[in-house]
Amino acid sequence: MNVVLETRSLVKRFDGLTVTDGVSLRLERGARHALIGPNGAGKTTLVNLLTGVLAATSGQVELDGRDITALPVHARVRRGIVRTFQINQLFGGLTPLASIALAVSAQQGRSAGWWRPLGRDTAVTTECDRLLNGFHLADVMDRPVASLAYGKLRLLEIAIALACKPRVLLLDEPAAGVPEGDRQEIFDTIAALPVDVSVLLIEHDMDLVFNFARTVTVLVDGAVFAEGDAAAIAVDPRVKAVYLGDDDAAAVATGHG
Amino acid sequence: MADEAPSTSAAASSLRRSARWRVWELAVFAAMSLAWLLLPGQSLLINQIAIVALFAVSLDLILGYAGIVSLGHAAFFGFGAYAAALFAKGTMNDPLAGLAVAVAASAVLGAATSLLILRGTDLTRLMVTLGVASILYELANKLDDITGGADGLQGVVMGPLLTPFGRFAFDLSGRVASAYSLVILALALLVARRLVHSPFGVSLQALRDNRLRASSIGLSVRLRLVAVYTIAAAFAGAAGGLLAQTSGFASLDLFDFHRSAEVLLVLVIGGTGYLYGGVIGAVVFQLLHDVISAWTPQYWNFWLGLFLVVLMIVGRERLVTPWKWFRRGP
Repeated sequence: MNVVLETRSLVKRFDGLTVTDGVSLRLERGARHALIGPNGAGKTTLVNLLTGVLAATSGQVELDGRDITALPVHARVRRGIVRTFQINQLFGGLTPLASIALAVSAQQGRSAGWWRPLGRDTAVTTECDRLLNGFHLADVMDRPVASLAYGKLRLLEIAIALACKPRVLLLDEPAAGVPEGDRQEIFDTIAALPVDVSVLLIEHDMDLVFNFARTVTVLVDGAVFAEGDAAAIAVDPRVKAVYLGDDDAAAVATGHG
Repeated sequence: MADEAPSTSAAASSLRRSARWRVWELAVFAAMSLAWLLLPGQSLLINQIAIVALFAVSLDLILGYAGIVSLGHAAFFGFGAYAAALFAKGTMNDPLAGLAVAVAASAVLGAATSLLILRGTDLTRLMVTLGVASILYELANKLDDITGGADGLQGVVMGPLLTPFGRFAFDLSGRVASAYSLVILALALLVARRLVHSPFGVSLQALRDNRLRASSIGLSVRLRLVAVYTIAAAFAGAAGGLLAQTSGFASLDLFDFHRSAEVLLVLVIGGTGYLYGGVIGAVVFQLLHDVISAWTPQYWNFWLGLFLVVLMIVGRERLVTPWKWFRRGP
């Protein structure tokens, strides 16, 4: 079986409001899968359900065929489900280096060490160097995170996720708010992700979506509205209709011309 | 990701640098030794400062590093003091064994009550910690068969300190007591220093800054909160144990709200999150107390209050750099 992450009839209700409505989604090994949909379609909620930030009202989440619905966030991360956040979630009091070194230590099972200083293991620092250079963060690695420019923070957001060596990577609008000049850096980073990592990308930028994704799922009102090859979704008249009147309509129409 | 392997690891050398001993850190330890050597007449005062400093360092571990607010840290201080006093009166009068008992007792209490501070907001934690200390105060009051009730436990007589360097009997002038407290404080600082530079210590700062992200890199936030709360309780228990052993009694007052408030004040005066704030705060607080009390004894609280307000509004950094007060700029 080649499905890595799968949801079965996943439902999330808040006080009677159904935000996720029976979503069954399959993410294959090495997937380049995009999740799109109008604002308020429940895309981030779905990521929160997949990662355990929110508990599902009903339905299951399975990783490699094993039910992980009841597992807390950190336990899912250890099994390889890692995410980035639409709004940066960083450690303001640490440096980029310390943030990444901590994530790498956690991934290598060294985060509970309490006697030797952080980063005394070559395996940790080698990986830190690789990530810092790869994400163009080496020159700011000793500055407090709180003092970095937004574009750098966005890169750090992704670098920390990759430090966790994901098997499944959920990217929640990685280019959100990134100025035009810095977007390419984010795009290149995403394009260069290891091929065996299964990626689910939430994005409003249709250029990015259709350049990156092989499969697209369209979420509307919490339910799967359409799903298929990127090429087919791009010309699907129903999908265009959903986006009609939305700012993204033009993007869908021209994004894959 | 195009990357060339650097010949020397920038990450390794930078991380190494950040854990290195600073000159001012060594100065703190030197000052502790010099105070004992040069001020033999002030031994009782030095003993008291060392104990308050240890208590404040313990609070710094949970507040400064892990971001756990507490208005009831005296629970562990008092518990350690009573444990040490009871052990000395009932079992044996060896100070080091008694200190170990105090540390262990407070650690157990810390582990048990840590479960109460995992959920909720800062306000929840302020009230829960306040409540726990209050409960212990009342228990110590009511269980007077064991604790002596409102009279406390008096007449705690300690045997000599048995160390590899010889036997040291406690003296009235507090020379041995102050050396004992200073050495324990120094050892606690050394352990705490290892702790805060370790992956565990950095992970505490991470969850202080952002719990959601800390769990999203695979760290169990709850486990870490339980661990640091237990360790801090053990440190506070050591401080309480030292007080009972060197003063010869344990009283209800040790659980009192003003103890919890005062240690918070001491830590805030010295600064949180860099480990030595508790030590510096304890010295400054004691000096302030002595200077103001000598000058105008009845208005100590007024001047302390004013100092606090100025400290918080002006900021610690600006307060200790008066030459920057009239400079323009950010």
